[in-house]
Amino acid sequence: MIDHVLVATALVAGLGGGYLIARSRLRGRRSDHPDTIHQILLPFTGTEVSRRALDAALRLARAEGATLMPAYLAAVPKSLPLECAIPNEARRAMPMLEAIEQRASAQGVGVDARIERGRSYRHALERLLEHETFDRVVVPASTAGATGFSGDDLVWLLRKAPAEVLILRPGPEDQRVIASPSA
Amino acid sequence: MSSGRYKIFLGMAAGVGKTYRMLQEGHAEAEAGRDVVIGYLEPHKREETSAQARGLEVVPRRRVAVRDVTVEEMDLPALLARSPDLALIDELAHTNPPGLTHKKRYEDIADVLESGIDVFSTVNVQHLESLNDQVAELTGVRVRETVPDSVLGSADEVVLIDLTPETLIARLRAGKVYPGENVQAALDNFFRIENLAALREVSLRQVAEDVESKRLFSQDEALGTRQEERVAADAPKAVGERLLALVRPQPSSQRLVRRAWRSAQRLGTDLDLLWVKPPGKPIEGEQERQVTALRQLASVLGATLLIEEHDDLVAAVARVVRERGSTYIMVGEADPPRGLARLREPLPQRLMRATPPGVDVRIVAHRGRKEGER
Repeated sequence: MIDHVLVATALVAGLGGGYLIARSRLRGRRSDHPDTIHQILLPFTGTEVSRRALDAALRLARAEGATLMPAYLAAVPKSLPLECAIPNEARRAMPMLEAIEQRASAQGVGVDARIERGRSYRHALERLLEHETFDRVVVPASTAGATGFSGDDLVWLLRKAPAEVLILRPGPEDQRVIASPSA
Repeated sequence: MSSGRYKIFLGMAAGVGKTYRMLQEGHAEAEAGRDVVIGYLEPHKREETSAQARGLEVVPRRRVAVRDVTVEEMDLPALLARSPDLALIDELAHTNPPGLTHKKRYEDIADVLESGIDVFSTVNVQHLESLNDQVAELTGVRVRETVPDSVLGSADEVVLIDLTPETLIARLRAGKVYPGENVQAALDNFFRIENLAALREVSLRQVAEDVESKRLFSQDEALGTRQEERVAADAPKAVGERLLALVRPQPSSQRLVRRAWRSAQRLGTDLDLLWVKPPGKPIEGEQERQVTALRQLASVLGATLLIEEHDDLVAAVARVVRERGSTYIMVGEADPPRGLARLREPLPQRLMRATPPGVDVRIVAHRGRKEGER
């Protein structure tokens, strides 16, 4: 009887020890993993954001357990101080941030949104890069043009962003956007 | 001695006829037998305005040397010594040069009122402090001379001098606002239909809010119960309502801020964000990042972020509500209570008991948890 108890105890101790060693190794490997993504930046301008870009950012965030940081970039005219209140821009940004948060929330992705001011969209993005940390940037190339990022802006972003940059090629069928009702 | 009555003629822009109307009413008062003088008039070389001023006594201006030039300003001591029944004082937002009694003309006016003299004065809407950013964004032009909103709130009467944008532009083209050589530049910059339409809307709303706040205030006085008198006396003389949103430095507060801002926009009110921080703990790391984000968001929205260090959330909120004259509190949905906390009265009820009667409390649902609970 005593033998049985001793054998059972040794078995439990062995299994438990093995489990603990395996778990600590697995944890160590995870924490050492250089590609762990915590924050994904999705900058956008104007009155709409590409659904394709948003869905891609959300897919990545969900797969990687990351937080999505949608950032509305506002260009402040030179006649105004850079840090002034911009209620008109905010009126455009708010419904879009709300819609993004709704979609993210439905997919279980956390959101930490920003509205960043600059003299131009690039300047706003530059300011954002200065004081926020993120591991990946998702930029829709479809917004390139008068109201979005130009090709130069994207090249600049690739050079400057201290993170992976994912530029989404526009699809010919991609007309879906999240738009501000005030647009 | 009781203080004088204060009447302000408010306009959406230069040239709508504020000064002209002030002079007209000054004449009417003089004809009714009152002793009326012009304390300060800025006719801007407008013939109609100068003509309207004829027949009214003018208190001579005071000459002040500023660096190498001499400027003429209102002579406050002379006006007080003259002691008329009514003084007409143009452009209350004006900044005085160094060496005079006060920095701003509205402060001179406060002295005049205090000595029992009635005052008529004028101001454009973009000079009001709380509207300065909004007007600057709408028009692209920022004025440096601002006046606190309380100046308008303290007036016994605010008269809006309204003009359609089309009529004002027609007046400008006819050379009735600026001399001929400046007309085209004005039309190309500030005096555009869309600017004037936006300014007109802001002015109309401002006066509507002022009328409403005075109506509510006089109702409180008329009701006259002790409690209502206390509330009326405690409330700062703010223009309109004021929203207070209770936030924490975490991303989920952003939804609450968006909701609060949208409500503030609909009501046309000011928004304050309040974080009651537990005492003693330094703000660092992720919390610091989130506080910076909240501060940025408040700045973008034209809201004010207040950080109060206090170990009693309800007491801190009640104090801020009284100090800021908040009429509406928005709170996020609380985490489900655990243990003994289940026996405690919920936060909204505690807030309603601690704040003055009539302050509404609204709970904003936590979307993330709702989704997760399904």
